[in-house]
Amino acid sequence: MTTDAAGIEAVFRAEYGRAVSVLIRLLGDIDLAEEAVQDAFTTAVAKWPETGTPPSPAGWIITTARNRAVDRLRRESSREARHAEAVRLHAPDEPAEEGPVRDDRLRLIFTCCHPALAPQAQVALTLRLLGGLTTPQIARAFLVPEATMAQRIVRAKAKIRDAGIPYRIPRDADLPDRVDGVLAVVYLVFNEGYGGRADLCTEAVRLGRLLVELMPDEPEALGLLALMLLIEARRPARTSGDGDLVLLADQDRSRWDRGLIAEGQDLVRRCLRRNRPGPYQIQAAVNAVHSDAPTAAATDWDQIRRLYDQLMALAPSPVVALNRAVAVAETEGPGTALALVEDLDLAGYPAFHAVRADLLRRLGRTGEAVEAYDAAVALTESAPERAHLERVRAALAKS
Amino acid sequence: MKYYLLSVMQPQGEPPAPEIMQEIMHNLEVFHTELREAGAWVFAGGLNGPETATVLRARDGDVLVTDGPYTESKEYLGGICLIKAPDLDAALTWGRKATLATTLPIEVRPFMHEADDR
Repeated sequence: MTTDAAGIEAVFRAEYGRAVSVLIRLLGDIDLAEEAVQDAFTTAVAKWPETGTPPSPAGWIITTARNRAVDRLRRESSREARHAEAVRLHAPDEPAEEGPVRDDRLRLIFTCCHPALAPQAQVALTLRLLGGLTTPQIARAFLVPEATMAQRIVRAKAKIRDAGIPYRIPRDADLPDRVDGVLAVVYLVFNEGYGGRADLCTEAVRLGRLLVELMPDEPEALGLLALMLLIEARRPARTSGDGDLVLLADQDRSRWDRGLIAEGQDLVRRCLRRNRPGPYQIQAAVNAVHSDAPTAAATDWDQIRRLYDQLMALAPSPVVALNRAVAVAETEGPGTALALVEDLDLAGYPAFHAVRADLLRRLGRTGEAVEAYDAAVALTESAPERAHLERVRAALAKS
Repeated sequence: MKYYLLSVMQPQGEPPAPEIMQEIMHNLEVFHTELREAGAWVFAGGLNGPETATVLRARDGDVLVTDGPYTESKEYLGGICLIKAPDLDAALTWGRKATLATTLPIEVRPFMHEADDR
């Protein structure tokens, strides 16, 4: 079997994070690990089309990266320390990993989410090292200039190295301090994947499961996993046969993944029983209500509205207010909802313009609705979402 | 092992009342003893106030001597504690004890090179 560029790219997306985290454990140096893994993929691009894909692409990448790192260390320095390093790299592998605590990616995420790093740097570094996203991609996701993001990542890596931030999962006593940052980052990885890269969603769900195993008493970890599973369950129905985006209200609910829904709903019940509600648990509950409804018309919007009230009390933000307004539109009409939306400071957020456009459309204010759709289209990065918005806008402009 | 500097960030103004000061000094002593017993101790000491500082500046091969702190600010370096620790988390554990003992903010910074333990 031969491999084309697309095949190698698929391997890159699936295995980059694992390869980098293993190499960081071996080398103790983030930059060296990244270079070695990138070298290995460059070699794969040259070799695999001729030799075919190796039986274990991930294993091949890690072995090749390790050999590259050894070569590089030998070449770049004659110091004894470097030789010692090379010897260490040739040592036989550690015994098979068991349990979540041995997972290299989890270790890496706790390193990236160390409280001594700025929150934005935590997310950027996780997406870079674990998701294999390029700096321009991360910059786009966070609406900051590329140079700013590049500097943020370089500084964070330098701090990990110079300050001696350890590459390990913290002890039980430290976990509560770290968990908020880690959960936020896993959810951001999931969201980044929601826009198109299914592999990032899979990775986020996998990390979510590890976190639940690691912190069985943390209801927010359960809540986050439930939230991701319930959203992921709708993936098969989110796009039509020709790749167009299908909104929640129009989705063919028979295509939802019943297994994931059952698992997600069970988790929601489990975490809510602890009676320590947090933002992830409430958002998971909102999604559980959606997945309970046999049809869009049967959705219990009153309950969703109440859940958003609770979320606004617990963790208010303009984005939460926007989501609450969507529920208000269903319970009290688009006019009331529009009044709530107009004052929100979200001009750079595509969903704000999309929600506003929909409310204006429902109120018959067509001209303003078209303008709002234009604003949403201009800001949306995801191609299917943009195509959807353009379609609705075109239909509206004609009417 | 790395060297870390724990800097005590002191606010301008009157020092705390004697009885509070006494408790702080006691807590500091306990902290220093713990550092020594753990083998993490290198050096620690409080500094006289910024009004006692003298600044030297190179000027065309000559040295200019002026009064006073290099920068004016609401907080100044009140004292330092130099420790050895295997990584940042270990240094932060000492930093936690230092801020609880002094009741003041502590800045933790790594030195550029590893500690030589000989």
